[in-house]
Amino acid sequence: MMVRERLRQNISAAFYRHGLLCASYPVPIILFTSASILTCCYPLLKLPLPGTGPVEFTTGVRDYSIPSHESQGDLSERPDWYRGPPVAYIQQVLVKAAVSPWDNSLVPVDVFRSPLGRVFSVLEEIRNHVYTDRSLEALCLQVTDLLPGLRRMQAVLPEHGCLLVSPGNYWQNRRDLFDADPDLLKTVHQHEPKGLHTSATLKDLLFGVPGKQTGVSLYNKKRVVTYTITIALSSYDARFVASLRARLKLLHPSANCTLREDHMVHVHFKEEIGIAELIPLVTTYIILFAYIYFSTRKIDMVKSKWGLALAAVVTVLSSLLMSVGLCTLFGLTPTLNGGEIFPYLVVVIGLENVLVLTKSVVSTPVDLEVKLRIAQGLSNESWSIMKNMATELCIILIGYFTFVPAIQEFCLFAVVGLVSDFFLQMFFFTTVLSIDIRRMELADLNRRLPAEAGMPPPKPCPLRPRETPPPPRPSPHTITLQAPAFRNLRLPKRLRVVYFLARTRLAQRIIMVGTVIWIGILVYTDPAGLRTLLAAQVSEQSPLGEAGLPPHLGVAPVFPGGHPNSTLSVLPAPEPTPLPENQSQGHRAARPEVVPVSSPQITWGPEDEELWRRLSFRHWPSLFSYYNITLAKRYISILPVIPVTLHLSPQEAIDTRHPQDTHHAPPPIPIPGGGWTGISRETCFAGAHAHLVAALGLFAGVVLVLLLFCLYRVLCPRNYGQNGVPHGRRRRGDMPCDEYGYSPPISEISPLLLRGHSMDIECLASDGMLLASCCLAGQIRVWDAQTGDCLTVIPNNGLRRSSSSGCVCETESLLGADFREPGGAVGGPDVDIFPIRRRTTPARPALFGDQPDLTPLIDTNFGSLPPSQTLSSSGFDFGELVEKAYQEHEPSPTLAFPPSPPASQQRRRSLGDQPVLPPELPPQNNGDWDSSVWAMELRGNLIATGRSSGKLELWDAVEGSLRCSNEDGVSGITALAFLNNRIVAARLNGSLDFFTVEITKPLGLLQYRGRGSLPPSPCYSSEDVISCQLTRSVQCAHQKPITVLKAAAGRVVTGSQDHTVRVYRLEDSCCLFTLQGHSGGITAIYIDQTMVLASGGQDGAICVWDVLTGSRVSHVYGHRGDVTSLVCTTSCIISSGLDDLICIWDRSTGIKLYSIQQEVGCGASLGVISESLLVTGGQGCVSFWDLNYGDLLQTVYLGQSSEGQSVRQLLVLDNAAIVCDFGNELSLVYVPSVLEKLD
Amino acid sequence: FSEVSDVLLSGGAPMRRGPYISMITNRTMNLLIRAAMLFMVGVFLALVLNLLQVQRNVTLFPPDVISSIFSSAWWVPPCCGTAAAFIGLLYPCMDRRLGEPHKLKREWSNVMRCVAVFVGINHASAKVDFANNVQLSLTLAALSVGLWWTFDRSRSGFGLGVIIATLATLATQLLVYNGVFRYTSPDFLYIRSWLPCIFFAGVITVGNIGRQLALYEYKVSQEKTHQD
Repeated sequence: MMVRERLRQNISAAFYRHGLLCASYPVPIILFTSASILTCCYPLLKLPLPGTGPVEFTTGVRDYSIPSHESQGDLSERPDWYRGPPVAYIQQVLVKAAVSPWDNSLVPVDVFRSPLGRVFSVLEEIRNHVYTDRSLEALCLQVTDLLPGLRRMQAVLPEHGCLLVSPGNYWQNRRDLFDADPDLLKTVHQHEPKGLHTSATLKDLLFGVPGKQTGVSLYNKKRVVTYTITIALSSYDARFVASLRARLKLLHPSANCTLREDHMVHVHFKEEIGIAELIPLVTTYIILFAYIYFSTRKIDMVKSKWGLALAAVVTVLSSLLMSVGLCTLFGLTPTLNGGEIFPYLVVVIGLENVLVLTKSVVSTPVDLEVKLRIAQGLSNESWSIMKNMATELCIILIGYFTFVPAIQEFCLFAVVGLVSDFFLQMFFFTTVLSIDIRRMELADLNRRLPAEAGMPPPKPCPLRPRETPPPPRPSPHTITLQAPAFRNLRLPKRLRVVYFLARTRLAQRIIMVGTVIWIGILVYTDPAGLRTLLAAQVSEQSPLGEAGLPPHLGVAPVFPGGHPNSTLSVLPAPEPTPLPENQSQGHRAARPEVVPVSSPQITWGPEDEELWRRLSFRHWPSLFSYYNITLAKRYISILPVIPVTLHLSPQEAIDTRHPQDTHHAPPPIPIPGGGWTGISRETCFAGAHAHLVAALGLFAGVVLVLLLFCLYRVLCPRNYGQNGVPHGRRRRGDMPCDEYGYSPPISEISPLLLRGHSMDIECLASDGMLLASCCLAGQIRVWDAQTGDCLTVIPNNGLRRSSSSGCVCETESLLGADFREPGGAVGGPDVDIFPIRRRTTPARPALFGDQPDLTPLIDTNFGSLPPSQTLSSSGFDFGELVEKAYQEHEPSPTLAFPPSPPASQQRRRSLGDQPVLPPELPPQNNGDWDSSVWAMELRGNLIATGRSSGKLELWDAVEGSLRCSNEDGVSGITALAFLNNRIVAARLNGSLDFFTVEITKPLGLLQYRGRGSLPPSPCYSSEDVISCQLTRSVQCAHQKPITVLKAAAGRVVTGSQDHTVRVYRLEDSCCLFTLQGHSGGITAIYIDQTMVLASGGQDGAICVWDVLTGSRVSHVYGHRGDVTSLVCTTSCIISSGLDDLICIWDRSTGIKLYSIQQEVGCGASLGVISESLLVTGGQGCVSFWDLNYGDLLQTVYLGQSSEGQSVRQLLVLDNAAIVCDFGNELSLVYVPSVLEKLD
Repeated sequence: FSEVSDVLLSGGAPMRRGPYISMITNRTMNLLIRAAMLFMVGVFLALVLNLLQVQRNVTLFPPDVISSIFSSAWWVPPCCGTAAAFIGLLYPCMDRRLGEPHKLKREWSNVMRCVAVFVGINHASAKVDFANNVQLSLTLAALSVGLWWTFDRSRSGFGLGVIIATLATLATQLLVYNGVFRYTSPDFLYIRSWLPCIFFAGVITVGNIGRQLALYEYKVSQEKTHQD
């Protein structure tokens, strides 16, 4: 334990120093951190970019042998995937064919019709090639079935037998079908997908060259047709391939062909990320982003919320990058799929520390220096941070010892990530936070100064420097509902949707994401595909081929052996005599005038060596995937290409023409004037499609910008961004508009004004149904809490007409009424003159008005007070905490007041009923009316009043009659508690009296005695005989006057000037605990049904106690001056102090969440309506706050006349109504929004 | 056949109506909304996690994969959804009955973290190659208990999780025994031995979500009672 404590202290001290350091030198530390991040990320440059592109490896053909399965260590240059036989050997026969010499009589279709027609003969040649009884049939890759679901491919791709594809597949490898085809282009293009395609198209597959290079187009300027015949071999027989190569070369010699033939390329394909793989990945990322969103949403009370959220995310991300970089540096190359483990790493590392740090720093006292705040915040949380980190490291260590490679690797990454994250939190985030806090302070300062300067001069007491001007009020009786209130209010669905969209900027984000994805697709797509698409579109636009092509429904025969024509084409004899290139050139040169148009030239360059490289990298995987063969994690070997050159005579081209070719063909000779626009179109497209894409992109960008602008205008119509509302201390009127600038909806709450009292209201009590108020004149009024009707008026002199428990009613109401009127008339101006010094006025108006002869009597009593009852000048509470502030400000008048109502004055003619008479004071019959009511409680329809004379009275609230009274005590009753059938009265001399109210039914049938038999809010009928008996009197409950008395849950808690709190049991008046811990008098106590006890004292401290054990749970210093009011909810403690600050504390941790600056003199009036709704009083208004966020929700103005009056008392009724007094009026405010609060 | 998380919980125990359903109509509405949300969460998780399991045996054929998501068994996602709704409603109900105070912070970010860890456990069970089944099961069990400790830490949660996981495992055994579906390599009677761990983690996760959802209702009702 000692070690732990010492460790804890050391850690705390270290963090404190570190915080000081960070806040002192922010810029150098941020620079240092950035440098270290970059250094750690540097090794990442060596890592290959993630992607699924294929990897190549080249070997020589000559000494090729199938690589063995086991890895050979000596061959280090050999990649590790190069093991075992490949999936297939790809042999491509590259055919270049041209009609040469070109004749002006030829039509464009001739460019490709006859060259394509020759594919059938070459195919036959290849198929029938035999080398020492080895045929292609034996060597080639036998495929069985096309995948189901590829019906449209069925007609063109071989479905069984050898995997051998060529353009001939379009016509089922049958020459007759080819010859009968009226429109070749349409046949070729009918299989092309419409729209944007990303993978290899059928045309690419069959032609084996990129679509643009095939030359199968009407606008082919070069007039050379290129295509390949692709053969997939399952086993490699060098001699067979060589003989095939020799044979084809012999038949179709390519004169100037210098293609290298000694290299074999092995292409390895990585695992393809399919949709199936992506869905879980995307899900994890969605969860990750939700996590980040919900985490960063909690950052609050800082200058720039988004800046800090960004810093938090940057911290986590760069710690991940650092960990990957460091691992790479130490040779731990990641074999895991980074994208997959990344979300889990983020979740493991978490954003919690960052949030905890922010919260802790924010909750430090605002008036401290920034450096100290950071340091204190850090050291407060140091222990929990270290503990969490140790726990996480332990968990990861356990994970490491599972000895599963994947988990071990993950754990290594996580450890490095955790450490680097800790480093970044400590250096990067803390520094950013310090900068942010400093900015906030500056902003706060700037805002405060003008507010102070603009303070209205007629303020009576300019004691508070942080005063804010009263908020602009649109009109009385209306509430300006501030913006964050749509958390609480029911809005129309439509509006909510709009708000939601605007709040989350959903539309903007979706559009942005969409753009990024679109651009990504554009980039990721092979340019060849795009080009084919464009070319295809051009071809489709051409006016050719309106004649419908009969669909080929038959299955493409791989070996149309039975076809009669095939035997003929086996022989190379009908082929045109292979001319050497130079010969043909010479031939062309011989008659240049005959061929004015450019003659097709077949050239072989190095670019033809590996023409497959220009294909989409998905070319081979998609070809094989049609036969349910995956290339993922496998490789294929591509053999050197076999070149074949075909020269066709014009005559042959004309012979193979289809009759429709000439029909629909455009004029063969381009007219320079303009009819032959096709070429220019094609060239335009060929050259300028990049421009086109750029223009498209530009256009899209412009549209996007316009769209975003419109959205912005629609959704954020108002001063968006102009009200930079800092989230520091919440002040009233700070938020005219929320961050997004919506016009706040205005709903109206009309406060109900309860008038009738002639003087300031002193006591308020309510039990939900009824509301009793007592003014300084001593008049008690009972109101209906629902409607605000005044039910009963009990005048001050009502004592005269009703006597004690015997109910001897002397009807002197008329006299009483007369009696009262002048007093009220005098009292009115008095109040206006001294609005604040209420304490000085209470009894005097009555005195001056009617009974001037009483003043000497009061004076004598003053002098005769025992010295023990003389109060200290600091004053005390008379049962209502509101007065505390005034007492504190004007201590002298309070001194004069307490002695004024001596107990003996209360003696009356009905005194004979009382069993105990205070012997030391003679009865004075004429003085009883001027003892004022100091405390009042209301239960059922009984009002209990405690008078300054020490008399306890029970009134019937409905009838206004005195039911009983008790004059056992002589010292004034400062506080009352009425619980069940018991009344507890605290007296000025520090004694505590317990009374029992007994109700005797007149018929004697029922008698309620036990505490359990009485309902909590008993309703007494008027016939009942009610008696009130003193059961126990604790004479010296406290050494000094009792200031606070609260009762709940069977406990009575008293707080006194003697710095202690005492807890009594209600039933037997037994003192359970004396709680010591305050260094000043107790000024506020809160206890509720759940036995939560909190106390606040003059030292500004708030203590939370455990009522069951009497131990102190927490102890915080919150206020500079007395704590005037305390309320607890299940999660927080709300306190107000003489410094007019309302502080909200977290109940479990004791951390200050935030504070609200109140107006002068209104500090003590607060109440909690629900778990999250706080109401505070102000200058003529009450304000509603969201407890969770500290946002001002509404301000309700109570009335026009209430300008200068501040709300001093505030009572929250059970039906969500609020009663507050200002001056001599009461106001009843219903809070309808609370009723409708939802989700 | 693939592993099916959270299946059949509803089969074992019929959807019990909470006692507070009949009290106030508004609560009924609230309950329905919560149940619907939980149902959707369950269906979504079932689809995704099922896909994770299916993936290992699937080669890359984009047109086919979409159909394979739905082809496995149409009844799996609804079952998971019902189970999720049931568990998610049961947890707050239990909390209320037992009155056990929830110590941990109730926040959406925590819930999200919990869901992420749950998906991670599933991911690990599907993708990581373990030396043997015992090791896999032990690791997953440790992860599940860690999940509970990190995000729940209530005894009622643990008990409920264990009970439901046992019931669900039994039900799965019965189903496999009757030949409704089967596992490729069963090592614990008819099923995989890590299935109970997955069930347990799923119950904890869904319970967490349910509690978080109930928090709203709780807040509202608290205000209601306050006003009444």
